[in-house]
Amino acid sequence: MQKVYTKIESIVGNVVTVRAEGVRNGDLALVGDSYANVIKLEKDMVSLQVFAGAQGVSTTDPVRFLGRPMMVSFSEHLLGRVFDGAGVPRDNGPALTENMIPIGGPSFNPAKRILPNKMVRTGIPMIDVFNTLVESQKLPIFSISGEPYNQLLSRIAMQAEVDIIILGGMGLKYDDYMEFRDTLEKGGAMSHTVMFIHTAADPIVECTLVPDMSLAVAEQFALEGKRVLVLLTDMTNFADAQKEMAITMEQVPSNRGYPGDLYSCLASRYEKAVDIEGAGSITILGVTTMPGDDVTHPVPDNTGYITEGQFYLKGGHIEPFGSLSRLKQNVNGKTRDDHRALMDGMIKLYAQYKESLEKKSMGFNMTEWDDKLLKYGELFEKKMMDLSVNIPLEDALDLGWDILADCFDPVETGMKTSLIEERWPNKEALA
Amino acid sequence: MKTETGYVAGVNGNLIKVDFDGSVRKNEVGYILVGDKRLKGEVIRINNGEVSMQIYEMTDGIKVGDPVEFTGELMSVDLGPGLLTQVFDGLQNPLPELAEQCGFFLERGVYLDAIPDRDWEFTPTVKIGDRVEAGSTVGTVPEGLFTHHIMVPFTLKGNDWTVESVKAAGTYNVHDTVCTIVNDKGEKKDLTMIFTQPVKQAVKCYAERLRPNEPLVTKIRCIDAFLPVAKGGTFCTPGPFGAGKTVLQHMQAKNSDVDIVIVAACGERAGEVVEVLKEFPELTDPKTGRSLMERTIIICNTSSMPVAAREASCYTAVTLAEYYRQMGLDVLLLADSTSRWAQAMREMSGRLEEIPGEEAFPAYLESTIATFYERAGKVRLNDGSIASITIGGTVSPAGGNFEEPVTQATLKVVGAFHGLARERSDARKYPAIHPVESWSKYVGVVDMDRIHTARGILIRSTEVNQMMKVVGEEGTSSEDYIIYQKGELLDAVYLQQNSFDPIDQACMPDRQRREFDVLYDAMMQTYAITDKKEIRAFFNQLRQEFLDWHGTEFETKEFEAQQKKITDFYMSKVG
Repeated sequence: MQKVYTKIESIVGNVVTVRAEGVRNGDLALVGDSYANVIKLEKDMVSLQVFAGAQGVSTTDPVRFLGRPMMVSFSEHLLGRVFDGAGVPRDNGPALTENMIPIGGPSFNPAKRILPNKMVRTGIPMIDVFNTLVESQKLPIFSISGEPYNQLLSRIAMQAEVDIIILGGMGLKYDDYMEFRDTLEKGGAMSHTVMFIHTAADPIVECTLVPDMSLAVAEQFALEGKRVLVLLTDMTNFADAQKEMAITMEQVPSNRGYPGDLYSCLASRYEKAVDIEGAGSITILGVTTMPGDDVTHPVPDNTGYITEGQFYLKGGHIEPFGSLSRLKQNVNGKTRDDHRALMDGMIKLYAQYKESLEKKSMGFNMTEWDDKLLKYGELFEKKMMDLSVNIPLEDALDLGWDILADCFDPVETGMKTSLIEERWPNKEALA
Repeated sequence: MKTETGYVAGVNGNLIKVDFDGSVRKNEVGYILVGDKRLKGEVIRINNGEVSMQIYEMTDGIKVGDPVEFTGELMSVDLGPGLLTQVFDGLQNPLPELAEQCGFFLERGVYLDAIPDRDWEFTPTVKIGDRVEAGSTVGTVPEGLFTHHIMVPFTLKGNDWTVESVKAAGTYNVHDTVCTIVNDKGEKKDLTMIFTQPVKQAVKCYAERLRPNEPLVTKIRCIDAFLPVAKGGTFCTPGPFGAGKTVLQHMQAKNSDVDIVIVAACGERAGEVVEVLKEFPELTDPKTGRSLMERTIIICNTSSMPVAAREASCYTAVTLAEYYRQMGLDVLLLADSTSRWAQAMREMSGRLEEIPGEEAFPAYLESTIATFYERAGKVRLNDGSIASITIGGTVSPAGGNFEEPVTQATLKVVGAFHGLARERSDARKYPAIHPVESWSKYVGVVDMDRIHTARGILIRSTEVNQMMKVVGEEGTSSEDYIIYQKGELLDAVYLQQNSFDPIDQACMPDRQRREFDVLYDAMMQTYAITDKKEIRAFFNQLRQEFLDWHGTEFETKEFEAQQKKITDFYMSKVG
């Protein structure tokens, strides 16, 4: 008994308002032939957000309420497919309607979570040694536009040991989307990949649905025991879409025009990352481009408070400063006994190298110590930081000791004597 | 119990407008009936005969015309034996029990009893005819390590109540009446082991408030010696993301010398709560030898849970703290993060279309923060015992900039400020508390005069460091260079602590004093070395010796030997 309403009272931005009764908050509707969902009720005035945008909507267009919230189909048939933000296939394949599940479901019970304890090996020393990625972690890649973040994302996707990859693209350039597809196809990963792609040319509302669609599907796979890696790129576009919609809805902006609930919006998506007791897990890697390389911009700032660390992508490599994997402690104690000490020691010295570099650029006399640091810094950047380096963790640690021994006397490294005795490559230097 | 009803008239996010007849109280709790679910909410405004309610759940599926039940009661928590070791959400729902009932996800509209339905060994402490008032103890039950007091509800009015009957010692269910009291007017009240307490009203059942003058030992050198916290005091820990606020707070929860720790994870990551959940039961409290969990309550409203419940969670936590304080215990409440709590207020304020203040925070932000922190304090209870609540809150300032409204409002009301600095955490210095910019108004474990002197050297050392950036090392005199190195030494071996080292991660006050004595002595010496390379080598070596000293067990042979080694080493260079 679908009642059709044909008198739209107002159309503002992508929001249309219609008089209707018995409508539930969050329900799905059809405005003309475009999907829309209920975002506000005021007596009999129902505000609907039109996914495809309200451009060209007429006041006499029919509005049909479907009596159910937004849903997405879930089955094995999703694998290898590409959809848009509203769940419509964009790969010319058949539409899927079986086993519909609601999106944006309730929060996971913290009491049912387990401590993340499985390392995800990537073969990139800046990740494996210094900021280990852990299964069920949520981690953004902070980047300036122009950096190879999508390449890094697909490389991690190809090398990480997971069962399912879900790619959520928001405001992607069409070529970027094609590149992802080609890379994953070439690497043979497409067969266990699902893509929800919103390109820059698509309606803005669909952009905000992409993370929810991706994560709803990821959650189902994880409950079936699969280890899922969700790649979201670019979350800044998602936040900008939220901003655009909030302003249309006349919400009071809090910081640079973003709505006051930006934190909650981002958190409810990122918090879907989980390691489920007795089932699978969801790991989220998202790209957050920083407008003007400004980490205090509301989007990277709020993201940083939500996620468990971050990777800074700068000048083509992952920066050791600022980059942080908060969960690395859970796994790096079990890898090798020198992992933690070496990680800390090398970073401390690299920080001093930066100071010496600054001194040098200002034209001061270089002491012997400065020269040692400069040598160390150069070696570190060349052998460890370069993104093309692809070696297992253990080799990377050995390499770290070699670099230290190349540049310093043992006592200068600030490491515990017992550890130096055990690991220092050149034992004669210890005498 | 009255039950007024109303009907939903509008839905905007988690704000619901309700039409009603009859009487409605501000801040009373109501339930929206959606299908077979009852969704909890709180009346936050009554305007032009229309009630605005914030709903503690997701509002999808609510439609205009859905019935609403008003309960006539303010937002409250249940207080009674069995709260310790539990994990609650912001509305005092026990999460493990919820998981048993609903599975992996937090189903909305399910509210469970916070207090386990079980029997306790009750011992009366009053006899018939005894005068009682709000907060008086009528009996005790053993709860884990503590003697749990069964008290007269804090909201009881009047001081003309006497005990009419009380149960003899024995085993009773928490819901059994254990005592009946009567007042001069002949009104009777049956007391069980459980009563409810509105969360937004501070409990004031004590004789007087005292000055917080006793240090609260956290076993973190940098805090206990340089930036101390007092029992009954307040402190805040602002810092940009990734500076280690939560890690530091977890260390405080583990090592602090208090009876009860309440951790309120307010709008933060669920993973962090899981860390506490899985780790604490396995750690032993050195003071009691029992599991750390036995002194802990966790209130957990993570960032993905509905935002209105986040606002409630801080109040829930502080009310539980007050309950245990009333038993004469020292309670530490750690709230992470108060910024999320403030943001929850901002979200509601925006939906209410209130006139926004700075950064769209509501105008009542400052007074709300002040009221919250003022619930801390050291008190003398009516029975003469001393008890305290210490509140520590983290602040997550936008962009790491402390000039924002929440940090500033918090700094006005706290007694200690532990500001975390990004450059310190980037350089892997733990704890990343900035030693120069932070301050404390309390007294620490080491005598404050020498701390003051040491701090002076540290400040001087940063100045020299700044200067060296301009004039270079060669333009710095060796006296200045030694001061710089002394400051660096203090930072490296005293202010920093290795949280992974089983010995160094928790430093007892005695050890802190001993280590400070040696370090202070080393810093006060004049060294007869002038070559900068030699100075650097000397301080590097000295630092290494101190770090090795940190790794030895206190007052063992190795410890004493290493101390002598250090002293001999630096004395050899004194000139």
